[in-house]
Amino acid sequence: MAEPVLSVRDLRVRIGTREIVRGVSFDVEREKTLGIVGESGSGKSMTVLAATGLLDAPGAVVTGTSTLAGQSAPTQLVGASGRTLREVHGGRIGFVFQDPGTSLNPLLTIERQITESLEAHRKMTRRQANARALELIEAVGLPDPATRLNSYPHQLSGGQRQRVMIAIALACDPELLIADEPTTSLDVTTQSQIIELVRDLQRDFGAAVVWISHDLGVIGQVADDVTVLQDGEAVEQAPILDVFDKPQQAYTKELLESRPLIGATGPPPADADAAVLLRVEGLDVRFPVTTAVGRSTVHAVKDLSFQIRRGSTLGLVGESGSGKSTVAAALTGLVEPNSGSASLGGVDVLNVRGRAEKALRRRISLVFQDPFSSLNPRTRAGTAIAEPLQVHRLAHGKQARQKRVGELLELVGLSASFASRYPHELSGGQRQRVSIARALATEPDLLILDESTASLDVSVQSRVLDLLAQLQRELRLTYLFIGHDLAVIQRMSHDVLVMRDGQAVEYRPAHELFDNPESDYTRTLLAAVPPARPRAAISG
Amino acid sequence: MTTRETTGAAEEQSRIAAVRLLAGNPVTVVSAVVLAMVAVVAVTAQWIVPFGINDVDVPNALRPPSGEHWFGTDELGRDVLSRVLVGVQASMRVAVVSVAFAVVVGVTIGVVAGYRGGWLDTVVMRIVDVMFAFPVLLLALAVVAILGPGITTTILAIGIVYTPIFARVARAATLSVRVEPFVQVSRTMGTGHLYMLVRHILPNITGPLIVQTSLSLAFAILSEAALSFLGLGIQPPQPSLGRMIFDSQGFVTLAWWMAVFPGAAIVVAVLAFNLFGDGLRDVLDPKQRTMIEARRRAGADIGGRRRAGADIGGRRRSG
Repeated sequence: MAEPVLSVRDLRVRIGTREIVRGVSFDVEREKTLGIVGESGSGKSMTVLAATGLLDAPGAVVTGTSTLAGQSAPTQLVGASGRTLREVHGGRIGFVFQDPGTSLNPLLTIERQITESLEAHRKMTRRQANARALELIEAVGLPDPATRLNSYPHQLSGGQRQRVMIAIALACDPELLIADEPTTSLDVTTQSQIIELVRDLQRDFGAAVVWISHDLGVIGQVADDVTVLQDGEAVEQAPILDVFDKPQQAYTKELLESRPLIGATGPPPADADAAVLLRVEGLDVRFPVTTAVGRSTVHAVKDLSFQIRRGSTLGLVGESGSGKSTVAAALTGLVEPNSGSASLGGVDVLNVRGRAEKALRRRISLVFQDPFSSLNPRTRAGTAIAEPLQVHRLAHGKQARQKRVGELLELVGLSASFASRYPHELSGGQRQRVSIARALATEPDLLILDESTASLDVSVQSRVLDLLAQLQRELRLTYLFIGHDLAVIQRMSHDVLVMRDGQAVEYRPAHELFDNPESDYTRTLLAAVPPARPRAAISG
Repeated sequence: MTTRETTGAAEEQSRIAAVRLLAGNPVTVVSAVVLAMVAVVAVTAQWIVPFGINDVDVPNALRPPSGEHWFGTDELGRDVLSRVLVGVQASMRVAVVSVAFAVVVGVTIGVVAGYRGGWLDTVVMRIVDVMFAFPVLLLALAVVAILGPGITTTILAIGIVYTPIFARVARAATLSVRVEPFVQVSRTMGTGHLYMLVRHILPNITGPLIVQTSLSLAFAILSEAALSFLGLGIQPPQPSLGRMIFDSQGFVTLAWWMAVFPGAAIVVAVLAFNLFGDGLRDVLDPKQRTMIEARRRAGADIGGRRRAGADIGGRRRSG
């Protein structure tokens, strides 16, 4: 057995009286990838940060050992001096974090950000560093590398920024690469590209990788060994195949089962003869944008037509920038479309004003993606749910309102006592349930779910999807379900509309589309979803 | 743990942390205590004065501070301590009422302009810009010139002068809250504008407004003193700190106490408001707070218990 690059023994992190990480041990070998998986709050980021000496929490006490193997002597990272850590970080350990938007300095060119660590750690001259930066940008597969070097972060897409982050992390040829949820905020297609990229680079550079994720499906694509964390404890540590084939813990099984997979059974069939609830024809939305060079127009939605029958779900799928959220915004009056028509059971959706508009708003509800910013931090859950009741005068008197709020909370699987809690006292899944309860308060005809489960952990996402399916069965709700993950779309939808660059690529009943996708783009999206079996099982 | 878990939780957690940080800063605590004393004086001045404010006692004129007259007596033998106490009361009354006026009018203008946007925003904010361009004393002088001097005029003048500041602060904060998803969701529900402003916008812009109020109170006290010094503010025989300093000019070499004690009262009140405002701003502004915490941490106790662990991931990523 080869000598591990990083060896962590009995790592503990205590903040005040709370122990966040409770005796975690693991080894990472050269050219191998360790996957660390767990839900939000399981301490997976904390573990890795503490192990690499990057933990920057006031009053945090780290004990245990974390040894980075070196040519001459191994380096002890827990309790190391600032000087030692500065040499190690960037030089011998590279980091890629979740949010590529904020991990790059917006005021520096890509070139400057890559050369920074080369000049600091490798004592390269400016010229040498620049040449190396160009190599790296080519290695991470950015188109037109010479021009890209002189760009600023805002000129790149999310996936491109994450590639730059990887280039920075690999600049000094580190022995260890730490990837902390590197694909969580990316589209599935970009995610699969980043996964391939890191695997290729790992082969070329020979680094050890620690990959942190909440999604066991992603871990299956990258990892050789897996550590499952729950409440700061490593509950299961095994090679990837064993974890997938013979999970020992109930928690691991739950994580496995909650992965969104292609081929999952869709919703029960909807009534094919039901009346058409929403009919959209020729929807066209353009935004004027003012840039430094002048005004231009973004054509967000181009001549889009679709219809949804009462009691069924239309899945609207596409990558970021495909215009799918703009459709939701147009239907809820947040943006004004340039042309097209939409009618909800005979009522014009796009051009109503005054009292008719208010009546219409009651019939279409919206649930946003981010469960944190879509609730007012200064009002209790009960007040948030009561808002539509108050606005539309649906419950008379305080007592009637409270009773209805309690009913709605129970409808979404929360107890009535949640009404008195503030958003910060709720978990992500609970907040999203409150958002759904608020959307259901007016008994709407159409519920628009705009990436409503995309930012939740897979296990939480799975439970919220179950809830939505159950509500549809019981209340005969009609959904417009917007998402970027075809596996989730398949689980929820009766019909699917694939969007790209504001246009419909494919619009068919779900089972036909998944059995026999017509367009190449749909096939790309399907291929991007992490498959059921880990990569190790396929390559042998 | 993911970023999402932490960014939202930080919002409320920040309030608890804010109070702790506030209490942890000795300067802020001292200024808060001084402010409390000033407030007590302002409320009870007429009952705690040792002498009548206009009790003329010419035989004892220009006496230095003594056991009987702690702050000495002026040229007519009036007790300086009593006049300072009542002067503080008058200053505070002017400052509080005028700033309250500025808050109500300014915040209303700013929130409506920021929320509504469009031409209304442009027109209103240009008017505010013009008001902002006038020097404080000049604008106050104009108001006094039109309405004649007196306590009501002083309040009105200072209130008008401070209105643009609040309008700007409120507008800027409104612009950032207006685009938050929870406001958007409200719009899709057909929520009325009043409900939106009162329930969603106002509670989320209070932070910067509280700080601005505290700082404005300090400047309002100075403005009142300046106007009274020039004879345009509170009129004799009603004592005011600015007027007392003006009266003492002829006696500076004979009776230093006539100028020093009212002056000291102004300094103490203004400094207390300023320092308290600074402390408030530091803990309510996330950027400043990160710096304070970093400084604290440099010399931090190992067993510190300032913040919960859930925070760390979020700050690292957003930083």
